[in-house]
Amino acid sequence: MKRRSPTLWTGAVLAGLVVLLALVSLVWLPYDPADTSGGRLAGPGDGHLLGTDKLGRDLFTQLMTGSRIALEAGLGSVLIAALIGVTLGVLAAYAQGWFDDTLSALLDILIAFPTLLLAMLIVAARSATLGSAILAIGLAQSAVVARLTRILVKRVLAQDYITAARTSGTSWPRITAGHVLPNIWPTLVVNLALQFGLAVLAEAGLSYLGLGAPPPNASWGRMLQEAQATFTTAPAGALAPGVLLVLLVIGVNLIADGLRDVLDPTTRRGRAAA
Amino acid sequence: MSALLEVRDLTIRTGTGRALVTGLTFSVARGERLGLIGESGSGKSLTTLAVLGLLPDGMTASGSVVLDGTQIIGASEKTLAGVRGRGAAIVFQEPLTALDPLMRVGRQIAEPLRRRRGVTGAALRRAVAEALERVRLPDPARIARAFPHELSGGQRQRVALAMALACDPALLIADEPTTALDVTVQAEMLDLVDTLVRERDMAVAFVSHDLAVVARVTDRVLVMKDGHAVESGDVHEVVRAPREAYTKALVDSARQLESALDSFGGAQ
Ligand SMILES: Nc1ncnc2c1ncn2[C@@H]1O[C@H](COP(=O)(O)OP(=O)(O)O)[C@@H](O)[C@H]1O
Ligand SMILES: [Mg+2]
Repeated sequence: MKRRSPTLWTGAVLAGLVVLLALVSLVWLPYDPADTSGGRLAGPGDGHLLGTDKLGRDLFTQLMTGSRIALEAGLGSVLIAALIGVTLGVLAAYAQGWFDDTLSALLDILIAFPTLLLAMLIVAARSATLGSAILAIGLAQSAVVARLTRILVKRVLAQDYITAARTSGTSWPRITAGHVLPNIWPTLVVNLALQFGLAVLAEAGLSYLGLGAPPPNASWGRMLQEAQATFTTAPAGALAPGVLLVLLVIGVNLIADGLRDVLDPTTRRGRAAA
Repeated sequence: MSALLEVRDLTIRTGTGRALVTGLTFSVARGERLGLIGESGSGKSLTTLAVLGLLPDGMTASGSVVLDGTQIIGASEKTLAGVRGRGAAIVFQEPLTALDPLMRVGRQIAEPLRRRRGVTGAALRRAVAEALERVRLPDPARIARAFPHELSGGQRQRVALAMALACDPALLIADEPTTALDVTVQAEMLDLVDTLVRERDMAVAFVSHDLAVVARVTDRVLVMKDGHAVESGDVHEVVRAPREAYTKALVDSARQLESALDSFGGAQ
């Protein structure tokens, strides 16, 4: 049943690197994140693997806590998007008439609504925290997930096996749990993996603009922003978070690609028929 | 005693009001075997779906459809759930889409068995194996564990038949159950349906565009064209002396096919 997918493995290794950094950061950090004793803008080496930032804090330490923030942002947003998006999408697919129309229109508006504007509204209502950023990104993404879910569910509902299940009097909850969710799951998982990568990027963007986790939490986006002014003299401060960001997003996208091959029931079926 | 299925003046419209089936009237008595024939697109499938209140979203049915004493048109979902399966069950044309690709075959048959007979656990597993054996599937234990894509088209169609029979319906609706199958597999499937429904005195509505197929397994036929009933009567009467030009054409094409198959079969 299981197929090895090189894409999946490459992706897992790339993203795994970031996960490893984040996990280690939970139990050990080279320096205290607030420790400014390293001297301003020290170069790599000399007790600081990547050097220090303009306040004298260890860059590698910030990179490690940053990877935790990036993963939290990705997971948190996708969790919100999955919970709200799948629920709304399934409801919209089952609903007919005005409820379906209203919901579809709302989703279209929410999708067209810039995430940045949504984030600024939420930050204005709450405050600039990682939680606010995750909420904004998650809400924006739940609209995308809901729309996809609605289409996927509608497609499954049109299949004969659903009619056959209804013919034998199977209830809607049982049909949903037994037939609908398992059949939309493969496509949905792939999309959620892609959304994870987008959420990581979005959080970095919001932090760059000061709408994410406040200092001293070192989000990669804020590290980029802080290192921007001194990029020519001390490039490591901007390069390091940039490279990790790219690695994680590429890794997650490769995982999504790999999952598509492994989970897609049509390729599985195609293989059996071949 | 009243008929098992009584369809009177059934009209099916799309959401935009276009009539796909118009003023259709027919009935099926308990244990009777009715053939529904007509070329592709004549409204046969929609008619069978309307019998169970399963028309696609947006379509509406008017007139009267009484199945096993229950008025289907306008009935609540709860009423429908009560009569579906018990009153009638359907075997669909396309064996690939009639089964959930991600669910093991055994579980798909178990669901109606559980509902209809209230059995669980080991008794349910036994019932599943029996259901598979009844449709002449070899090695039922293996088949029960298989996914649909691991079975041949003919095997899948037998599983679909087993699922429909598991509901123990008073009326079995077979919507072109053999059309997607190879000719030899087709003949086996026809014989199987024929034997099984005769064994249990089940009524059948057998849908096909192929008069030769319908003639083998039914007593009476209803000929449809463009959503209308064109002619109906004893199947042998209709084949021997079709009254309508359309039916005549169907009979002729069936004859031609038959003789073509015969000469081909002789050469084999
Ligand atoms: N979901 C649908 N929406 C609109 N038209 C449909 C739909 N399903 C079937 N039709 C139309 O209804 C007519 C009858 O279809 P159907 O009952 O499937 O014919 P048959 O089973 O005799 O081949 C056809 O013209 C078909 O195009
Ligand atoms: Mg049809």
